[in-house]
Amino acid sequence: MFKVYDIRLTNRLILGTAQYPSPEHLRQAVHRSQAEVVTVSLRREAAGPGSGQRFWELIQSMGVRVLPNTAGCRTVQEAITTAQMAREIFSTPWVKLEVIGDDATLQPDVFGLVEAARSLCEDGFQVFPYTTEDLVVAERLLAAGCQVLMPWGAPIGTGRGLNNVYGLRQLRAHFPEIPLIVDAGIGAPSHAAHALELGFDAVLVNTAVAKAGDPPAMAEAFAQAAQAGRLAFEAGLMEAHDLATPSTPEFGTPFSPWSGHA
Amino acid sequence: MLSITVIGAGIAGLWQACSLAKAGFAVRLLEQGDETLSGGCSWRAGGMLAPYCEAEVAEPLVVRLGLRSLELWRNWLPAFSQNGSLVVAPSRDPASLQRFGRLTQGYETLDGAAIARLEPALAGRFNGALYYPTEAHVDPRQALPRLLREARELGVETVFHRSAKLSDVDSDWGIDCRGLAAQDAWPELRGVKGEMILVKSADVRLQRPVRLLHHRHPIYVVPRDEGIFMIGATSLESESRGGVSVRSAGELLTQAYSLHPAFAEAEILELNAGLRPAFPDHLPRILSRGRHLFVNGLYRHGFLLSPALAEQVVQYLRRGAVEPELFHEY
Repeated sequence: MFKVYDIRLTNRLILGTAQYPSPEHLRQAVHRSQAEVVTVSLRREAAGPGSGQRFWELIQSMGVRVLPNTAGCRTVQEAITTAQMAREIFSTPWVKLEVIGDDATLQPDVFGLVEAARSLCEDGFQVFPYTTEDLVVAERLLAAGCQVLMPWGAPIGTGRGLNNVYGLRQLRAHFPEIPLIVDAGIGAPSHAAHALELGFDAVLVNTAVAKAGDPPAMAEAFAQAAQAGRLAFEAGLMEAHDLATPSTPEFGTPFSPWSGHA
Repeated sequence: MLSITVIGAGIAGLWQACSLAKAGFAVRLLEQGDETLSGGCSWRAGGMLAPYCEAEVAEPLVVRLGLRSLELWRNWLPAFSQNGSLVVAPSRDPASLQRFGRLTQGYETLDGAAIARLEPALAGRFNGALYYPTEAHVDPRQALPRLLREARELGVETVFHRSAKLSDVDSDWGIDCRGLAAQDAWPELRGVKGEMILVKSADVRLQRPVRLLHHRHPIYVVPRDEGIFMIGATSLESESRGGVSVRSAGELLTQAYSLHPAFAEAEILELNAGLRPAFPDHLPRILSRGRHLFVNGLYRHGFLLSPALAEQVVQYLRRGAVEPELFHEY
């Protein structure tokens, strides 16, 4: 169990809702993974009267908490406008804030991100900023009023897993009390397990599930991996060693280095 | 002779009317638009008959019905051109092509030299491609009027500028093929907006539809007569009846240009948008309420599925038999 903005969540997998073969595949993915939160993009061309309403109604009918996002926004103003629209449509103060700084890597513009986060927090939003693993940026986002951080694993849609494990470890160690959710770049359930083993509170996955051959089955695989990773973190992972240590005592067994036959 | 009224003269309704007339029913076809048939989303379709490629996102039912439709199209059109279709990806993104291959069947893998032999215009532009030799395409703007002509030759009574519902119909059977307009009967139907562009180029020659995979903006380019190409199509969760956004036009045209730089000199003939009618599972349905049938949810597969769906309806009316996955009784 972990808490974001005073909401208790038990499932450590958050699902994105884009790119599924159909809304029905998405519904089944939510069902099989038991995801409690899904993130929804408000593509700007789909906003406005009567446009994307149907799709959003389908998502709301899935009985999950909606985390609207500002995917694709490139400027502070664009992100703020999209967030305000999302608040009206989904009646939630939650917003996953994305301000994209580079088209090729979809890397967050962390300067714009901090500015937009400050403005939205002041306006009463509960902001989930999509950021890099940079510690100083993280400090600024928290100072701006964010109470959760969403560092990337790797660029959006690449499925490369955790690109900078050292940096993510540092982030976790630096902010032990802040909910941290790895967002973007998760390609395989093992990546999700890895993030949770490092002590991250949850992962957000979209492409790896939506573009799988069987999205609902893959969603379940991710949910199980996240759960396994969390359990392992709580259980305490062993440290890696350079020297082999037998798990059963070998002394005196035939052909062991100590038996005189080696 | 049993009388049947078909409502809607899009690709689904026209195939229904023709197939039912051929099967010996007395058919009346009602359409709210005019005889140009240019009002609905069928007019804006790509006209690709690509059951294998659709397996990337579609269920086996769509592939199965699509393969049957391909045969029915071939039987209907003597000069049907079955040139196959080609799938390419930017050379820096081989994973996209790999994924497409993993999810589909019925293709041959081509290297650069084989691409050049098949589509000389693409020589030197791609290292690899997937070639689906048995797929085909039609030009919707030729096929629709032709189906209408055929329907009339088969004795179908056609009435235009007539907006109707099945409850207004007094024939023995009524078949609703109104697409998204049938939201009044099926609220779970939703519109998925698709935008397309028609261009004319004297410099590019293609024999078959080409899909360019792209991690953000995949497109297809379908060659038509007289140097015309259809570039499609976006897929937006929007029911807005508006036209094409600048962003979408930019994406479609940029991708066409990256498929072949000569598209930069092409003339834009038309920007257009339509709303694909879709159920939440994106599967087609034949819905039955007594003597009323609804054929809907063809989504992006209108041309691919209409012949097989018409055949299913004929079989249902004759023998009560129909593909169970398709049929829903209310």
